[in-house]
Amino acid sequence: WRFPYLCQMYGGGSFLVPYLVMLIVEGMPLLYLELAVGQRMRQGSIGAWKTISPYLGGVGLASVVVSFFLSMYYNIINAWAFWYLFHSFQDPLPWSVCPLNDNHTGYDEECEKASSTQYFWYRKTLNISPSIQDSGRVQWEPALCLVLAWLVVYLCVLRGTQSTGKVVYFTALLPYCVLIIYLVRGLTLHGATNGLAYMFTPKLEQLANPKAWINAATQIFFSLGLGFGSLIAFASYNEPSNNCQKHAIIVSLINSSTSIFASIVTFSIYGFKATFNYESCLNKVILLLTNSFDLEDGFLTASNLEQVKGYLASTFPGKYSEVLPQMRNCSLQAELATAVQGTGLSFIVYTEAIKNMEVSQLWSVLYFFMLLMLGIGSMLGNTAAILTPLTDSKVVSSHLPKEAISGLVCLVNCVIGLVFTMESGNYWFDIFNDYAATLSLLLIVLVETIAVCYVYGLRRFESDLEAMTGRGLNWYWKAMWAGVSPLLIVSLFVFYLSDYILTGTLQYQAWDAFQGQLVTKDYPPYALAVIGLLVASSIMCIPLVALGTFITRCLKRGDTPPAA
Amino acid sequence: MLCLLFFLVTAVGAELCQPDAENAFKVRLSIRTALGDKAYAWDTNEEYLFKAMVAFSMRKVPNRETTEISHVLLCNVTQRVSFWFVVTDPSKNHTLPAVEIQSAIRMNRNRINSAFFLNDQTLEFLKIPSTLAPPTDPTMPIWMIIFSVIFCIVIVAVMLLIFSGIRQRRRKSKGPSEVDDTEDKCENMITIENGIPCDPLDTKGGHINDVFMTEDERLTPL
Repeated sequence: WRFPYLCQMYGGGSFLVPYLVMLIVEGMPLLYLELAVGQRMRQGSIGAWKTISPYLGGVGLASVVVSFFLSMYYNIINAWAFWYLFHSFQDPLPWSVCPLNDNHTGYDEECEKASSTQYFWYRKTLNISPSIQDSGRVQWEPALCLVLAWLVVYLCVLRGTQSTGKVVYFTALLPYCVLIIYLVRGLTLHGATNGLAYMFTPKLEQLANPKAWINAATQIFFSLGLGFGSLIAFASYNEPSNNCQKHAIIVSLINSSTSIFASIVTFSIYGFKATFNYESCLNKVILLLTNSFDLEDGFLTASNLEQVKGYLASTFPGKYSEVLPQMRNCSLQAELATAVQGTGLSFIVYTEAIKNMEVSQLWSVLYFFMLLMLGIGSMLGNTAAILTPLTDSKVVSSHLPKEAISGLVCLVNCVIGLVFTMESGNYWFDIFNDYAATLSLLLIVLVETIAVCYVYGLRRFESDLEAMTGRGLNWYWKAMWAGVSPLLIVSLFVFYLSDYILTGTLQYQAWDAFQGQLVTKDYPPYALAVIGLLVASSIMCIPLVALGTFITRCLKRGDTPPAA
Repeated sequence: MLCLLFFLVTAVGAELCQPDAENAFKVRLSIRTALGDKAYAWDTNEEYLFKAMVAFSMRKVPNRETTEISHVLLCNVTQRVSFWFVVTDPSKNHTLPAVEIQSAIRMNRNRINSAFFLNDQTLEFLKIPSTLAPPTDPTMPIWMIIFSVIFCIVIVAVMLLIFSGIRQRRRKSKGPSEVDDTEDKCENMITIENGIPCDPLDTKGGHINDVFMTEDERLTPL
């Protein structure tokens, strides 16, 4: 869901240029590297990196830790999707109308100030507290949905990768069908062309903005799922003679074209929503003027609005100046420019657009079902990344059967995930979403690239691949792995660190129930500590395991000479 | 004399009904928004109907059963369409209190709306809040029903998979002993002729004497 947002922020059509460049320079080489490593070493991420160098077992462990963090917080999205899905079977949709206040004379105050979709998200779904310090209690409705989401994930990973493979066919193909349906529906909506025109008009000056390039690189990085270990885990089940080069190119191309396709759908829906809001804003202004000046009903229309406004301003200046503050300036461009990303996009913007369509229940059910499929697909990849090392290791798998291991992992994650169902849960979710994976993954992939090229040896790896697949390594891949990609990752890393240092403390968006909008607040110290812990715990695995291996080796070397 | 009285009455009436007068209410109609092409024009006949509806509403109030149409006064009709109205008492000297009129109109809002083919939004009584329809709360929220159905299905599927997995493992652990039994049986079944098992003879390109073959087949199998 980041791609439509980035596209909107960095100049629409012209964002595609840095995106495609980064795909070719960064995405494909790194994807190929991970697939090749998995296929060659034929083990999960921990075992694979240990084979490359005994000191690098920490890389695999760091990947597992990051995957563990991800699976902790990601499934709450599926829980929310379930919640909305179950609520889509009502007429009218519960987020399209505001509930009444206590004496039934008007609508609920919070709902009036915000919109009904925001109210449903912040109050009914999350029951969000004003700040991260007020934890509140665990909300039982989202908790139930979370339990259900984990049960579904457990059902899919129960039998191991064979069953997961069959489920992934379903979870990967169904979203495409729904996207196509939505594309057809979206393009026929009134005002969709506005959104599409906005997206595809390139703002070429954004190409000079370094942030556009950096965000393109980050987006490619995370959408391909590099560094999680799931790619290595899946590739280790491949045949040794499998042509992973072709697969890498195909997968990255499919991934990017899916992003672009999804953003076409998103922008047509954006256009519909923006046009709808613009027209209702105009209608409000028309009603206001008609009522204040007692003009004939139906006289004012959108086309003659400006003329009549001018006429009224000149004829009744006093009264006009009274009314002026209440009149909002309606602008289609402003509506289109409200860019939202993340959970805001999925659960607020889309639901707002859906509630205005005909047969909104059907579209809502389809949309949240698709969201659920995508979410469960991601969860399966994550859980596989955690389970493969566990089932590979003899220690654990000798004591417990496969089903019990998966059950235990799901149970632990579910219990921890109940934190996100508390009233302040969404704030913790944002913390995990922004910091659990970002920096750690960059570092992990950097270490991976350097390990394969310089520790294991690029020539050795090349000859391994040739022996395995029967195909030689193109000079392009070698150049990318050895030089360009590590430099790119280092520069991304430097950028993020400098950005953090420059801005000082970290801030977050909190929902203010009285104003009915988001306000920015600073993180309290313990939240900052948690952020630091998240980032450090995965990164520290690499040096710690290296150090541990070094010490045990020294001790062994110290032991063996006396024995000899 | 009669003219003077008439003039006095209308003057008094004009005084009672004025914008922002005491106990006066403003009404706003949006006929074209509600009905589009089928919109009717607002004329004195429609005003008469309105007065009749207000009088009807007031008649439902205890102590006010004698309200007549002539007690309802309209003024300041604009093109919008909007106007002010008051309801006077039988003596036509002062207006009825706003609270009574408010409660009477609220009780009969639906009847008044339907007389004009309008709704609460298109026939507005400013200062008289409309009672919004209470939300229909079913005894069991719908989402719980669907949730319970899906929950049960998933639990059943998980149980099935777990038990089939356990059964498979039990069969595998029993499996090697069973395989041994059949292997013993196989040993007994391997026909031995002249101390050499028959099967290798077939595979090593040995020729089978057809005469003996047909003899075997003539005998009925057991």
